[in-house]
Amino acid sequence: MTEKNKTKGMRRRDFIATGAAAAAVGITGFPAILRAQTKAVKIGIVHPVTGFLQFSGTQCRYGALQAVREINAAGGIKSLGGAKLEPVLGDAQSKAQVGAAEVEKFNEAGVSAIVGAYASGICLATTQAAAKHGIPHAVDVGVNDKIVGRGLENTFRFGPGFGLITKRGTEGLIELNKAAGNVVKRIVIVHENTTPFGSYMASLMKKGLEPAGFEVVEVLPHPTPNKDFRNIALKIKEIKPDVVIPSHYYNEGALFLRTLQRQRVSPKVIYSVLGGASSQYRFVNEFSDAAQYVFDCNHWFNPKNPAAQALRKVSEAAGKSYSYEVFLAYTAVKFVADAIERAGSADRAKIIEALAASTWGGHFMPYGPTKIVKGQNQGAQPLVMQVQGKEIEVVSPAGFKTKKAIFPRPA
Amino acid sequence: MDFFGVNIPVYSWETVLGSAISGVFLGAIYALVALGLTLIYGVLHIINFAHGSLLMLAMYAVYFAWVYLGLDPYLAMLIVVPGGFAFGYALQRGVIGKVSHGRDEIILLATLGLAIIIENSAQFFFSANERQVQVRYDLDGIDLGVTFAVYPELLALGGSLLITLLLWLFMVYTDTGKAIRAVAKERRGAQLVGINVEHIFAISFGIGTACVAAAASLLAPTYTVHPQSGYLFVLIAFTVVVLGGMGSFVGALVGGFIIGITEQLGRLYLGESLGLITISAIFILILLFRPTGLFGQRAP
Repeated sequence: MTEKNKTKGMRRRDFIATGAAAAAVGITGFPAILRAQTKAVKIGIVHPVTGFLQFSGTQCRYGALQAVREINAAGGIKSLGGAKLEPVLGDAQSKAQVGAAEVEKFNEAGVSAIVGAYASGICLATTQAAAKHGIPHAVDVGVNDKIVGRGLENTFRFGPGFGLITKRGTEGLIELNKAAGNVVKRIVIVHENTTPFGSYMASLMKKGLEPAGFEVVEVLPHPTPNKDFRNIALKIKEIKPDVVIPSHYYNEGALFLRTLQRQRVSPKVIYSVLGGASSQYRFVNEFSDAAQYVFDCNHWFNPKNPAAQALRKVSEAAGKSYSYEVFLAYTAVKFVADAIERAGSADRAKIIEALAASTWGGHFMPYGPTKIVKGQNQGAQPLVMQVQGKEIEVVSPAGFKTKKAIFPRPA
Repeated sequence: MDFFGVNIPVYSWETVLGSAISGVFLGAIYALVALGLTLIYGVLHIINFAHGSLLMLAMYAVYFAWVYLGLDPYLAMLIVVPGGFAFGYALQRGVIGKVSHGRDEIILLATLGLAIIIENSAQFFFSANERQVQVRYDLDGIDLGVTFAVYPELLALGGSLLITLLLWLFMVYTDTGKAIRAVAKERRGAQLVGINVEHIFAISFGIGTACVAAAASLLAPTYTVHPQSGYLFVLIAFTVVVLGGMGSFVGALVGGFIIGITEQLGRLYLGESLGLITISAIFILILLFRPTGLFGQRAP
């Protein structure tokens, strides 16, 4: 075919092909262009998924990714034309400095916001590193009050800090004891001391309980990880306290409660504050006897909200225990997604503004709509739970109560 | 009680004795893990950095045997010990021996590399979830008055004594044991009298891994398994091996008990964190007076 012939006219076959192509563009072409315009919003998700905190870190990562899946399945960020959230994953390896290094990578990757990083020590490092680059950072679990107390404009915490958790924990114990006729007095506190949360919690509890007439007879710190609690059990056996207040991560929490059981040490009350295992369905299912009647003042969902139960079903179907790590990381991602939605932008500064002005009420935590003051959600609060049978029941405060507390535990 | 300005708490004799007994149980576990390590060192003259990862892998094997075959962890020994031997033999013959070309520094790196591969594979395939074997006799045991000894602890103690005895008998009375000792003492001489050194290396690595598999069965009812569970014991097992004398089974056993009791009493009096320095203190003290360890022999 000559050049002339080529330009002379369109053959039937060419016409059909061109027509089909034009039709295809007509049907799908414009949405394709639209899709290209709605660039995904990158979210950095950093947790300690290896190292001694790997169980909790993995749980957090699952919760965060489940939230991303749900948001994307529901049409993404609508104010950005349905932009999908694109998770950029980081592993803090249970070390603060590694967490900070992961933030540097997130910055290079161009994330719009960060969610993480479970442990207080890691959160202190990641929030500071994120502040350097002006990246908004939602803290999912880290309870150290210094995380939001340093005046970092990029840092927001949806859940409560341990100042409030300890205060509520103290008030809860006083209230339960009063209702039972002041049957307990002598207390032993057992806490982890490798990260800042355990030691600070112990000193706050002591300060809060002694003026209320309790006697803190011994404070027993231990490192994390810890492979043996027999010495601590022997000390408790000798001291014979009425109440033992444990506070540690899951592994140590589980081993501690099992050691007490193995050594036949049964104080009248085990009342943990941020106890690693005490309000974990997994522990309750696997070691039901050791978990019975144990109290825990900790992060918990509103038991009356069906969305919380729906996430529990999804998590358990995926083979994951429905723990506080899962629902806190899940809600932290949704908290950030709500801010991006309202900001209508993936710009870091605009997301920070939206987070600071957040009034998000579409969650299942017992917090009410968000109100952020200096990075802290003012409505955030812990609940007091007790293991009764195979369930973890909320026993305080009254508005969320599902069962009456059994205090002290039956002999 | 004030001791040179340091406040040392005073406990009843029951608590102190109970703590010492718990040290014996803990020491038995250290000894169990150290036995395989000391054998591998004694023959191959290398520190096996993959020992902790192999322990973790064996604990997973025990756990899965319990979950999928319904096997009690002690019965699972019938599978995991021969399996551990075969795995260790194949690892030495097919991987470590091949990549090292007889150079000790490469063997070290090879075991370190293996540790990283095994640990990351475990994390990928089994996830970071802690898993726990549950036995119905978990809470049953003997009341010793000052403390309660549950059957899993008593079995770990008995197991460690029995395995030490069996290993000693094997090394003294069997031809393979004699060949292992010959290779450990004089590699070239052993080769000259017709001993297949590569085969003996692999057998030693296999027995070391079988020991760790036995330890895994005895540990499983008490400790959770996760990709890093091996580290809890192996770092102290290294100390036990050096303290007892590198290559000595009796040394590993006695060293395990010394470290276990020292650690528990140290933690009782100095606290759970600070108490751990007593391990280093006793370690330095013994090596000051016996540089080759308690039962170690001087190099010829």
